[in-house]
Amino acid sequence: MKVHEIIDRLSLEVKTVQGDIDRAVTGCYIGDLLSDVMANAKEGEIWITHQTHPNIVAVAVLKNLSGIILANRRKPEEGTLKKAEEERMMVASAPLSAFQAGGMLYQMLRC
Amino acid sequence: MKGLHLIAVTDHNSVENVEAARRAARGTGLTVFPGMEITSSEEVHILGIFEHMENAALMQELVYENLPQEENDERLYGHQVVVNEHDEVVGFNKRLLITATRLSASMLVDAIQSLNGLSIASHIDRESFSVLSQLAFIPESLRFDALEMSPLIERNEAEETFGELKRFPWVSFSDAHFVRDIGKRFTTFTLKELTFSEIRKAFRGIDGRDIGWH
Repeated sequence: MKVHEIIDRLSLEVKTVQGDIDRAVTGCYIGDLLSDVMANAKEGEIWITHQTHPNIVAVAVLKNLSGIILANRRKPEEGTLKKAEEERMMVASAPLSAFQAGGMLYQMLRC
Repeated sequence: MKGLHLIAVTDHNSVENVEAARRAARGTGLTVFPGMEITSSEEVHILGIFEHMENAALMQELVYENLPQEENDERLYGHQVVVNEHDEVVGFNKRLLITATRLSASMLVDAIQSLNGLSIASHIDRESFSVLSQLAFIPESLRFDALEMSPLIERNEAEETFGELKRFPWVSFSDAHFVRDIGKRFTTFTLKELTFSEIRKAFRGIDGRDIGWH
């Protein structure tokens, strides 16, 4: 499954222009504590979070995640968007709670 | 009683109890700095310590403006008392002080600095509400005056775990929520005299002023 399919199916509002939407998504991680995400998220997972701080891009890049979904219609901070564009990391806003987005992704992604 | 010369009163998101503490301290040889432990929007705890009540009050105004509208639920969270210098309850703070403000960590650090205060990242060794638990690392742009270690960690452990954060001065305090815990952990300052500007010099390591926590 690719990032752009998830964008369509979840009706995500993509905030980045340069963010790579062609990446393969291998799973999903949900977390707001960046220390936890650093420790537990896996390469290729798409990340659902409430954090909008620029560090989310650094973490996503470091862990080679496939994209960032902000739950509850949260928007990335200006600094976050700037970093995301530089790193070509897709950041989108979801008109869904983390539970809803996670639930849908779970159905879509489990093999 | 514990032999401390200087304390700061840093309630969560409020300074309403500081003045009473300062009045009670008059003539005792104890200096009390006003302060607050503020919860950022990312749920990072940040200490703001100020020289004058006026600056602390301005910070409080900013914090109050950025708290959610809900009131404190006393059944769940207990009473948020406001007391006088005789330890008598004079009122209750109705705001929900336990929650996060809408102010980001960087906004808070900027605001504290613009009010000539000292900004300290609280208990960075803890797994919750610390800048490291919430943000994984401290970005270059977040210029705290110091990092605080909790009383739960010893100096040598902290050196091993956080060695790469030596670019900041380190302090450690009791974070006493109860009277019995005051003085459980303290930091020593080498100063010419006990003033706020001397404390600031100690944080910056200027002219032989220093901070010691062992």
